[in-house]
Amino acid sequence: MDAEMGTNFRDVARAALATCDAVPGSKKPDPILIADHVRRAFGGITAVDVEHVEIQRGSITALIGPNGAGKTTFFNLLTGFDEPNSGDWSFDDHKVGGMAAHKVARLGMVRTFQLTKSLTKMSVIENMKLGATGQAGEKLLKSFFPFFWRAQEAQIQTRAMELLSRFKLDVKAEDYAGTLSGGQRKLLEMARALMVQPKMVMLDEPMAGVNPALKQSLNEHIRGLRDEGMTVLFVEHDMDMVHDISDWVIVMAEGRVIAEGTPDDISSNPAVIDAYLGTHQGQSLLDDLPISGASEGWAQADPVGVAHFPDEEL
Amino acid sequence: MRWEFIFENTLRELLSANTIYFALAAIGLNVQFGYGGLLNFGQAGFMACGAYGMGMTTHYFNVSPWLGIGFGVTYSIILGLLMGVPTLRLRADYLAIVTIAFAEIIRLTVRSVRFKHYFGGSDGINSFADEFYTTKGWGIGGIDNSKRYALGPLEYTGYDLRVMIVGWILVAVIGTLVWLLMRSPWGRVLKGIREDETAVRSLGKNVFAYKMQALVIGGVIGMFAGLIFAMSRSSVQADNYSREVTFYILTALVLGGVAKVSGSIVGPMLFWAILKFIDVFMNEAVNERGQLKILGVEIIRATSDIGKVQYAIVGLGLMLLMVFRPQGLFGNRKEMALDGR
Repeated sequence: MDAEMGTNFRDVARAALATCDAVPGSKKPDPILIADHVRRAFGGITAVDVEHVEIQRGSITALIGPNGAGKTTFFNLLTGFDEPNSGDWSFDDHKVGGMAAHKVARLGMVRTFQLTKSLTKMSVIENMKLGATGQAGEKLLKSFFPFFWRAQEAQIQTRAMELLSRFKLDVKAEDYAGTLSGGQRKLLEMARALMVQPKMVMLDEPMAGVNPALKQSLNEHIRGLRDEGMTVLFVEHDMDMVHDISDWVIVMAEGRVIAEGTPDDISSNPAVIDAYLGTHQGQSLLDDLPISGASEGWAQADPVGVAHFPDEEL
Repeated sequence: MRWEFIFENTLRELLSANTIYFALAAIGLNVQFGYGGLLNFGQAGFMACGAYGMGMTTHYFNVSPWLGIGFGVTYSIILGLLMGVPTLRLRADYLAIVTIAFAEIIRLTVRSVRFKHYFGGSDGINSFADEFYTTKGWGIGGIDNSKRYALGPLEYTGYDLRVMIVGWILVAVIGTLVWLLMRSPWGRVLKGIREDETAVRSLGKNVFAYKMQALVIGGVIGMFAGLIFAMSRSSVQADNYSREVTFYILTALVLGGVAKVSGSIVGPMLFWAILKFIDVFMNEAVNERGQLKILGVEIIRATSDIGKVQYAIVGLGLMLLMVFRPQGLFGNRKEMALDGR
């Protein structure tokens, strides 16, 4: 995209966020998403208990936290894929708390999934075209008569091909989505989400299982979303990436938001380090290990590596 | 062995009323299962809606059979809604359980002694289709029921021909409509739901509404199958709408290949042709030699055994099909090779 425009959006977002306090639940100058008292319990376990969160419009916000922190559950709640025990949230001045997932998507808050959900027995282009909203041909009675939807279908096809070439999937357009590699599926899912023309894109672990080369291009794509004016909220464990592209970071642990701030604030925040590594960090892990034979592997466990396990919380 | 007789009978079955009602039911099932991934095990229930809708109205109320069709459509829509509302939000297996239960409830209700007055109990309703078979019935003139008509090398009675004309027109019209539907964006959404409904929901589609539409459309098409079946027999009997029927139809559909309109028509043709071939062939063999031996083992002693062996052979054939050609005859091998997720 246009480089000048790109810097512009980045700087606007960063300048706005620079004025915010780096505390949990901090107020943003122009929030697109505001959530209050969102609580979700599974039996006796409270998976999510978020007091207050605001997401700045036009920014890239990262949602991080150790496994089981409730990130994906919070995602599911916000996008209508799960029902909260209590809580309320609004998106772009619409109350969306408890709204059905497809309605949330139509309002412009579109998500991807941790485990990619490409529709394997459909071609890549069909996957894309499915994403377009407001299609006349998707209405039962009109679908029988192609003249109702042929023109719109052609527009959708063009738009889909444009997006596919941007994500370098255009050569794969006619292939079955099931033949794509894991990384290509991630790209397809992101491209498909853009077919909905969202205001806000929510990416659940976009980098999971993606090779380093592709990570770079995914990074570029995510920046590209913001530089076109979209808001991005993503869950990620890859700290390099979080530091690299996010304008703001929200940290969850045990269902709560424990810290917020710019990437630099967060990397030096003791509460975050505690959440990831436990309160005994700095102390040798060997002290707790009864079997000395296992010591070698444990002693080398690096702080980031701890958070690299895939956590399927759906 | 009268081979000519055997083959003539086999070929005749390709276009018979049996094939027609299976084809219609399979087209309906294909909308639900093949395209939408909805495991409907109660197609027989929808067929019963058509048969009883027609049978009851014409027999008891003595009104035009056209009204009977209207009743059948209404019943099947209501049935679809009843099945769908509690189950379509749940996983596919719940739908399977509920549909099979609904179909059985319908069958047991209509054959019960308690409601014999309305549904005729296990005897069912008979000879209600007289109007259809009169010379001018349903606008098909010029066919004499007792005369035999040649269709190429095959001969059909006027009685059969009448059902075949109406039936194949229905198959053609409904098949075309379904084909149109499935290549439209509506069909695209439905196929997406089959692949992963969560993904489709995340793209702003009302998945529940699409599943409901597919269930009801497939059910109404199945209703037409019951209608044709009832008309061809001129009788409605509860036990013609039992579980096996649904499973045979599913078998025929898989034989032809799911998610293809052509598959859902050719599958039933082959299913019935194969059944007929085995039946006639074994009958001939037994009549000629008094028994049937395969590799020195006595398989059949009397013609009354044929029915069982017939289905055993079909079952074996189906197993081989699943092993060597899991996509069916018309299915897409490439699609089949892609795993579910």
